[in-house]
Amino acid sequence: MSVLLDNLYTSKTMLDQIIDSGKKSTRDGFGAGLHAIGQQNDEVVALCADLIGSLKMQAFIKEFPERFIQVGIAEANMMGIAAGLATAGKIPYTGTFANFSTGRVYDQIRQSIAYSHKNVKVCASHAGLTLGEDGATHQILEDMGMMRMLPGFTVINPCDYNQTKAATMAIAEHYGPVYLRFGRPSWANFTPENQKFEIGKALLLNEGSDVSVFATGHMVWNAVEAAKIVAAEGISVELINIHTIKPLDEEAILESALKTKAVVTAEEHQRNGGLGDAVAQVLARKAPTPQEYIAVNDSFGESGKPTELLSKYGLGVDDIVTAIRNAIKRK
Amino acid sequence: MADIQKLKQIASQVRRDIIRQTNSAASGHPGGSLGCADFLVALYFDLMKHDPSFNMKAEGEDVFFLSNGHISPVWYSVLARSGYFPPSELASFRQINSRMQGHPATHEGLPGIRVASGSLGQGMSVAIGMALAKKLNGDDKTIYALTGDGELEEGQVWEAMMFAAHHKVDNLIVAVDWNGQQIDGPTEEVMSLGDLPAKWAAFGWEIVHLEDGNDMEQVVQKLNEAKTKTGQGKPVVVLMRTEMGYGVDFMQGTHHWHGKAPNAEQTATALSQLEETLGDY
Repeated sequence: MSVLLDNLYTSKTMLDQIIDSGKKSTRDGFGAGLHAIGQQNDEVVALCADLIGSLKMQAFIKEFPERFIQVGIAEANMMGIAAGLATAGKIPYTGTFANFSTGRVYDQIRQSIAYSHKNVKVCASHAGLTLGEDGATHQILEDMGMMRMLPGFTVINPCDYNQTKAATMAIAEHYGPVYLRFGRPSWANFTPENQKFEIGKALLLNEGSDVSVFATGHMVWNAVEAAKIVAAEGISVELINIHTIKPLDEEAILESALKTKAVVTAEEHQRNGGLGDAVAQVLARKAPTPQEYIAVNDSFGESGKPTELLSKYGLGVDDIVTAIRNAIKRK
Repeated sequence: MADIQKLKQIASQVRRDIIRQTNSAASGHPGGSLGCADFLVALYFDLMKHDPSFNMKAEGEDVFFLSNGHISPVWYSVLARSGYFPPSELASFRQINSRMQGHPATHEGLPGIRVASGSLGQGMSVAIGMALAKKLNGDDKTIYALTGDGELEEGQVWEAMMFAAHHKVDNLIVAVDWNGQQIDGPTEEVMSLGDLPAKWAAFGWEIVHLEDGNDMEQVVQKLNEAKTKTGQGKPVVVLMRTEMGYGVDFMQGTHHWHGKAPNAEQTATALSQLEETLGDY
């Protein structure tokens, strides 16, 4: 049990101790983290493609105007400039929506950043369905798949304000390209303030014995709520927060799956290419286990309120409850 | 004062290296490489302050970025002849397990390369990023970049042009290899460039016209002129007319040798037209 017990949440943590301390957005966590790491590390520079307010970059810009670069609506150019800054030893953080941080500039990231192994932090807000009313043009659900295919890229999808702030700061200490994905809506903030963020290390939120739920991003909170519901039926959920999709904490995943023998993965992303596929790849190779996917099933999103959209596309709390029951039935 | 005769001799050897690399690899891009040999020799053997012991960050050094990465044979030759790595390594061009990738890459750790290029349109953005870092660091050295003329068809180039003028990136000199050729034919047939000087001027750049980029004396003179225009609030572009395939009569002035390697017989003919000055690798 060593791996999981090393985590800050210990085996004694109970589900009802996981409490929302007050709703905040993960993008606000990014803004706070960027400001804080800017104060600690002079090499950190920030770039933005005309979305300062949306990315919550104002505090950094106010204190470090000389280390901020407004690129305008030109994301391809922004990625190239970031690569050049990194070549000279700077630690550039690029800021725009997740859609424009990945699909729009995939080739620029691939050649100038990934293949060239530049220390660029691609920071991407408004990911997934919870972007809401702007609709499918902006609701990217393919980004984690694209980014985890790039050799050498680290892919992180934190679950709440506190974790996003901590991740934003931690990636400055890691040399190499990083994709940091977060979102727009106010969301439950439930991980401890000032919790140490370790890239590639899963966090055990609740120890259980009947089923393992591996969740990332906003879906972690939905998984907490689902675990509370099934606990009343006597189902013991082992809930693990996979904030780093790549490198994946294979050890923690295998240890839990071998114990519970049933798995649910939950992510605000396509089934294709995301957390579920990453987990399935590990299990297929080392410990084949029944697995239920909570993810968007090969479709685009649409306009609507975040929670309405999550329900419509099968990512609601009820869907996770059903997936938990189904996974256990397949043992 | 630059020793023009010596630079010409180096350029002749570089052209031999280009022919021999592409012949032995049976692939690669000799045309644009031959056309830019004089420019790159002038940069590395006269204009730039640079250290072949190679430091990625290049503090206190001038830096060159090749955006049109397919002309790697000329860059590899110039880097080797400048002392970045032994010229003998040129024999591994495009071979498996080599550092001499088809297009320039940092991945195998080849000294002198700071970013991969090949997918077009990206190099100017990277050059701008490094130029901004030099300003942040109080480093007064200059960033150079070379882009093809066909490459200007990529939209990212125009994003970079707009940015550099707006942000007054005046420690940057971009050269355009204006040879009027691209893979599918003359640029005027594939995608006309229009009034290139007027376009750069409209984007807010300082322009230097280099009428004959294959005349070493003119290349040195115009690059020095470009350097005098740095530090004045505007990025500088050198619109450099070259001939694709320059130096080998049957390759000159046509797009046919853009991406085609010479066979043994053609190689012998080409080499007979280029003096061996520094010793073949």
